Amino acid sequence: MPIETWLIFILSFMIIGSIVALEIKDILSAVIAVGVVGLGVSISFIFLQAPDLAIVQFLFEIFALIIMVRAFVKKDYHQEEPSKANKILIGITIITLLAILYFAASVLNLLPQFGEPLMNTAQYYLNNGAADTGAANLVTSIILDYRAYDTLGEITVLFTAILGALTVLRIKSKSHR
Amino acid sequence: MILYLLCFTLLLVGLYGILTKRDLIKIILSASIMGYATNLLLILFAYRNGSIFPILRKGVETMPMVDPLPQALVLTSIVIELGTTALLVALALKLFQKYKTYDITKIRKLSG
Repeated sequence: MPIETWLIFILSFMIIGSIVALEIKDILSAVIAVGVVGLGVSISFIFLQAPDLAIVQFLFEIFALIIMVRAFVKKDYHQEEPSKANKILIGITIITLLAILYFAASVLNLLPQFGEPLMNTAQYYLNNGAADTGAANLVTSIILDYRAYDTLGEITVLFTAILGALTVLRIKSKSHR
Repeated sequence: MILYLLCFTLLLVGLYGILTKRDLIKIILSASIMGYATNLLLILFAYRNGSIFPILRKGVETMPMVDPLPQALVLTSIVIELGTTALLVALALKLFQKYKTYDITKIRKLSG
Protein backbone atom coordinates (compact mmCIF):
# COMPACT_ATOMS: atom_id res chain seq x y z
CA MET A 1 0.00 0.00 0.00
CA PRO A 2 1.51 3.41 -0.91
CA ILE A 3 2.34 5.83 1.84
CA GLU A 4 -0.23 8.41 0.65
CA THR A 5 -3.09 6.03 1.32
CA TRP A 6 -1.92 5.37 4.87
CA LEU A 7 -1.49 9.07 5.53
CA ILE A 8 -4.90 9.96 4.12
CA PHE A 9 -6.45 7.32 6.39
CA ILE A 10 -4.62 8.60 9.48
CA LEU A 11 -5.39 12.24 8.68
CA SER A 12 -9.11 11.54 8.22
CA PHE A 13 -9.06 9.71 11.54
CA MET A 14 -7.42 12.72 13.17
CA ILE A 15 -9.96 15.17 11.73
CA ILE A 16 -12.82 13.03 13.04
CA GLY A 17 -11.08 12.79 16.41
CA SER A 18 -10.66 16.54 16.69
CA ILE A 19 -14.28 17.21 15.76
CA VAL A 20 -15.35 14.71 18.44
CA ALA A 21 -13.05 16.44 20.93
CA LEU A 22 -14.63 19.80 20.22
CA GLU A 23 -18.26 18.72 20.23
CA ILE A 24 -18.43 16.18 23.07
CA LYS A 25 -19.83 17.41 26.39
CA ASP A 26 -17.67 15.55 28.89
CA ILE A 27 -14.29 17.21 29.44
CA LEU A 28 -12.36 14.02 30.24
CA SER A 29 -13.52 12.49 26.94
CA ALA A 30 -12.49 15.64 25.08
CA VAL A 31 -8.99 15.58 26.56
CA ILE A 32 -8.57 11.91 25.65
CA ALA A 33 -9.85 12.53 22.10
CA VAL A 34 -7.19 15.20 21.64
CA GLY A 35 -4.68 12.63 22.89
CA VAL A 36 -5.81 10.33 20.07
CA VAL A 37 -5.14 13.13 17.57
CA GLY A 38 -1.63 13.61 18.96
CA LEU A 39 -0.83 9.90 18.78
CA GLY A 40 -2.03 9.98 15.15
CA VAL A 41 0.52 12.72 14.53
CA SER A 42 3.16 10.49 16.10
CA ILE A 43 2.29 7.57 13.78
CA SER A 44 2.36 9.89 10.76
CA PHE A 45 5.88 10.97 11.75
CA ILE A 46 6.98 7.33 11.65
CA PHE A 47 5.50 6.97 8.13
CA LEU A 48 7.25 10.19 7.06
CA GLN A 49 10.67 8.84 8.17
CA ALA A 50 11.11 11.07 11.23
CA PRO A 51 11.80 8.71 14.17
CA ASP A 52 13.15 11.42 16.52
CA LEU A 53 10.01 13.46 16.06
CA ALA A 54 7.79 10.43 16.65
CA ILE A 55 9.43 9.79 20.03
CA VAL A 56 9.25 13.45 21.07
CA GLN A 57 5.62 13.73 19.98
CA PHE A 58 4.74 10.59 21.95
CA LEU A 59 6.35 12.00 25.11
CA PHE A 60 4.64 15.37 24.54
CA GLU A 61 1.31 13.58 24.27
CA ILE A 62 1.80 11.72 27.57
CA PHE A 63 2.89 14.88 29.42
CA ALA A 64 0.09 17.01 27.97
CA LEU A 65 -2.47 14.36 28.96
CA ILE A 66 -1.07 14.23 32.50
CA ILE A 67 -1.11 18.05 32.84
CA MET A 68 -4.66 18.39 31.49
CA VAL A 69 -6.12 15.56 33.55
CA ARG A 70 -4.36 16.73 36.71
CA ALA A 71 -5.53 20.30 36.21
CA PHE A 72 -9.06 20.00 34.93
CA VAL A 73 -10.58 16.74 36.05
CA LYS A 74 -11.52 17.37 39.67
CA LYS A 75 -13.42 15.12 42.04
CA ASP A 76 -16.64 15.91 40.23
CA TYR A 77 -16.23 15.89 36.47
CA HIS A 78 -16.42 19.33 34.99
CA GLN A 79 -19.25 19.51 32.49
CA GLU A 80 -19.29 22.06 29.74
CA GLU A 81 -21.74 24.82 30.48
CA PRO A 82 -24.85 24.49 28.32
CA SER A 83 -24.05 27.13 25.75
CA LYS A 84 -26.76 28.92 23.85
CA ALA A 85 -24.34 29.90 21.14
CA ASN A 86 -25.68 31.96 18.33
CA LYS A 87 -26.51 29.65 15.40
CA ILE A 88 -26.10 32.47 12.86
CA LEU A 89 -22.64 33.29 14.20
CA ILE A 90 -21.54 29.65 13.95
CA GLY A 91 -22.86 29.50 10.38
CA ILE A 92 -20.93 32.64 9.42
CA THR A 93 -17.79 31.16 10.98
CA ILE A 94 -18.10 27.91 9.05
CA ILE A 95 -18.72 29.72 5.77
CA THR A 96 -15.66 31.93 6.36
CA LEU A 97 -13.49 28.92 7.16
CA LEU A 98 -14.68 27.14 3.99
CA ALA A 99 -13.76 30.24 1.98
CA ILE A 100 -10.31 30.18 3.58
CA LEU A 101 -10.00 26.50 2.62
CA TYR A 102 -10.99 27.30 -0.97
CA PHE A 103 -8.35 30.00 -1.31
CA ALA A 104 -5.78 27.87 0.48
CA ALA A 105 -6.31 25.11 -2.09
CA SER A 106 -5.10 27.41 -4.86
CA VAL A 107 -2.07 28.37 -2.76
CA LEU A 108 -1.22 24.76 -1.89
CA ASN A 109 -1.32 23.97 -5.63
CA LEU A 110 1.72 26.18 -6.12
CA LEU A 111 3.81 24.26 -3.62
CA PRO A 112 6.08 21.40 -4.71
CA GLN A 113 4.19 18.11 -4.99
CA PHE A 114 4.17 15.66 -2.10
CA GLY A 115 7.34 13.58 -2.27
CA GLU A 116 9.41 16.04 -4.30
CA PRO A 117 10.70 18.71 -1.92
CA LEU A 118 13.03 21.57 -2.70
CA MET A 119 16.37 20.38 -1.36
CA ASN A 120 18.67 23.37 -1.88
CA THR A 121 20.02 24.00 1.61
CA ALA A 122 19.20 20.55 2.93
CA GLN A 123 21.25 18.81 0.25
CA TYR A 124 24.33 20.62 1.56
CA TYR A 125 23.54 19.43 5.08
CA LEU A 126 23.06 15.86 3.86
CA ASN A 127 26.32 15.84 1.91
CA ASN A 128 28.60 17.63 4.36
CA GLY A 129 26.88 17.24 7.74
CA ALA A 130 28.92 14.28 8.91
CA ALA A 131 32.22 15.81 7.78
CA ASP A 132 31.45 19.26 9.24
CA THR A 133 30.05 18.28 12.63
CA GLY A 134 30.93 14.62 13.19
CA ALA A 135 27.33 13.71 14.09
CA ALA A 136 25.80 10.56 12.64
CA ASN A 137 22.28 11.87 13.20
CA LEU A 138 21.91 14.77 10.77
CA VAL A 139 18.90 16.22 12.58
CA THR A 140 20.94 16.75 15.74
CA SER A 141 23.81 18.12 13.68
CA ILE A 142 21.42 20.83 12.41
CA ILE A 143 19.88 21.54 15.81
CA LEU A 144 23.11 21.75 17.78
CA ASP A 145 25.60 22.98 15.19
CA TYR A 146 24.31 24.69 12.05
CA ARG A 147 21.32 26.31 13.74
CA ALA A 148 22.49 26.46 17.34
CA TYR A 149 21.38 30.08 17.79
CA ASP A 150 17.85 29.15 16.71
CA THR A 151 17.83 26.44 19.35
CA LEU A 152 19.12 28.87 21.97
CA GLY A 153 16.26 31.28 21.17
CA GLU A 154 13.68 28.51 21.28
CA ILE A 155 14.98 27.28 24.62
CA THR A 156 14.64 30.86 25.89
CA VAL A 157 10.99 30.83 24.81
CA LEU A 158 10.44 27.50 26.58
CA PHE A 159 12.13 28.78 29.74
CA THR A 160 10.00 31.93 29.71
CA ALA A 161 6.80 29.92 29.29
CA ILE A 162 7.66 27.62 32.22
CA LEU A 163 8.66 30.64 34.34
CA GLY A 164 5.35 32.32 33.48
CA ALA A 165 3.38 29.20 34.43
CA LEU A 166 5.17 28.92 37.80
CA THR A 167 4.67 32.63 38.52
CA VAL A 168 0.98 32.56 37.65
CA LEU A 169 0.38 29.49 39.81
CA ARG A 170 2.18 31.07 42.81
CA ILE A 171 0.17 34.31 42.98
CA LYS A 172 -2.55 34.20 45.62
CA SER A 173 -5.81 35.69 44.37
CA LYS A 174 -7.61 38.24 46.56
CA SER A 175 -10.64 36.06 47.13
CA HIS A 176 -8.49 33.53 49.00
CA ARG A 177 -7.05 35.99 51.55
CA MET B 1 -2.01 17.92 -2.71
CA ILE B 2 -4.87 16.02 -1.07
CA LEU B 3 -2.63 15.44 1.96
CA TYR B 4 -1.90 19.15 2.26
CA LEU B 5 -5.61 19.90 2.02
CA LEU B 6 -6.52 17.36 4.72
CA CYS B 7 -3.84 18.76 7.02
CA PHE B 8 -5.08 22.30 6.40
CA THR B 9 -8.61 21.10 7.22
CA LEU B 10 -7.29 19.88 10.58
CA LEU B 11 -5.86 23.38 11.17
CA LEU B 12 -9.24 24.92 10.30
CA VAL B 13 -11.04 22.58 12.71
CA GLY B 14 -8.80 23.93 15.46
CA LEU B 15 -9.48 27.50 14.35
CA TYR B 16 -13.24 26.79 14.40
CA GLY B 17 -12.93 25.61 17.99
CA ILE B 18 -11.05 28.72 19.05
CA LEU B 19 -13.59 31.02 17.37
CA THR B 20 -16.86 29.45 18.48
CA LYS B 21 -16.34 27.61 21.78
CA ARG B 22 -17.06 29.33 25.09
CA ASP B 23 -15.43 26.81 27.40
CA LEU B 24 -11.85 27.77 28.26
CA ILE B 25 -10.68 24.12 28.24
CA LYS B 26 -12.07 23.58 24.74
CA ILE B 27 -10.15 26.67 23.56
CA ILE B 28 -6.90 25.27 24.98
CA LEU B 29 -7.55 21.91 23.26
CA SER B 30 -8.24 23.71 19.96
CA ALA B 31 -4.94 25.58 20.26
CA SER B 32 -3.07 22.31 20.67
CA ILE B 33 -4.90 20.83 17.65
CA MET B 34 -3.72 23.79 15.56
CA GLY B 35 -0.19 23.11 16.78
CA TYR B 36 -0.37 19.46 15.70
CA ALA B 37 -1.62 20.44 12.24
CA THR B 38 1.17 22.99 11.73
CA ASN B 39 3.91 20.56 12.72
CA LEU B 40 2.50 17.81 10.53
CA LEU B 41 2.20 20.16 7.52
CA LEU B 42 5.87 21.13 7.82
CA ILE B 43 6.95 17.48 7.95
CA LEU B 44 4.72 16.65 4.96
CA PHE B 45 6.67 19.24 2.94
CA ALA B 46 9.91 17.48 3.86
CA TYR B 47 9.10 13.95 2.63
CA ARG B 48 10.93 12.64 -0.43
CA ASN B 49 9.75 9.56 -2.31
CA GLY B 50 11.71 6.38 -1.69
CA SER B 51 14.09 7.80 0.89
CA ILE B 52 14.98 6.95 4.48
CA PHE B 53 15.43 8.80 7.77
CA PRO B 54 18.49 11.13 7.95
CA ILE B 55 20.74 9.04 10.18
CA LEU B 56 24.06 7.76 8.85
CA ARG B 57 24.95 4.17 9.68
CA LYS B 58 28.25 2.41 9.46
CA GLY B 59 28.52 -0.18 6.73
CA VAL B 60 25.33 0.88 4.93
CA GLU B 61 25.81 2.64 1.62
CA THR B 62 24.16 6.06 1.44
CA MET B 63 20.61 6.13 0.20
CA PRO B 64 18.59 9.26 -0.59
CA MET B 65 17.38 10.81 2.67
CA VAL B 66 14.42 13.01 3.58
CA ASP B 67 14.88 16.73 4.21
CA PRO B 68 16.36 17.06 7.73
CA LEU B 69 15.84 20.83 8.12
CA PRO B 70 12.07 20.91 8.87
CA GLN B 71 12.53 17.95 11.21
CA ALA B 72 15.13 19.88 13.22
CA LEU B 73 12.91 22.96 13.47
CA VAL B 74 9.75 21.02 14.34
CA LEU B 75 11.59 19.09 17.07
CA THR B 76 12.04 22.25 19.15
CA SER B 77 8.59 23.51 18.17
CA ILE B 78 6.94 20.46 19.77
CA VAL B 79 8.77 21.05 23.04
CA ILE B 80 7.78 24.72 23.06
CA GLU B 81 4.16 23.70 22.53
CA LEU B 82 4.33 21.76 25.79
CA GLY B 83 5.55 24.89 27.60
CA THR B 84 2.85 27.12 26.16
CA THR B 85 0.18 24.53 26.94
CA ALA B 86 1.36 24.47 30.55
CA LEU B 87 1.18 28.28 30.66
CA LEU B 88 -2.37 28.30 29.24
CA VAL B 89 -3.45 25.65 31.75
CA ALA B 90 -1.98 27.67 34.62
CA LEU B 91 -3.84 30.81 33.48
CA ALA B 92 -7.10 28.87 33.14
CA LEU B 93 -6.68 27.43 36.65
CA LYS B 94 -6.17 30.92 38.13
CA LEU B 95 -9.25 32.22 36.27
CA PHE B 96 -11.27 29.31 37.66
CA GLN B 97 -10.11 30.05 41.22
CA LYS B 98 -11.23 33.65 40.83
CA TYR B 99 -14.50 33.33 38.91
CA LYS B 100 -15.59 29.71 39.64
CA THR B 101 -16.38 29.13 35.97
CA TYR B 102 -14.64 28.28 32.69
CA ASP B 103 -17.21 30.11 30.56
CA ILE B 104 -15.44 33.03 28.90
CA THR B 105 -18.62 35.08 28.51
CA LYS B 106 -18.97 35.18 32.30
CA ILE B 107 -15.38 36.27 32.86
CA ARG B 108 -15.75 39.99 32.36
CA LYS B 109 -14.27 41.89 35.28
CA LEU B 110 -10.62 42.63 34.73
CA SER B 111 -9.54 43.80 38.20
CA GLY B 112 -7.17 41.24 39.67
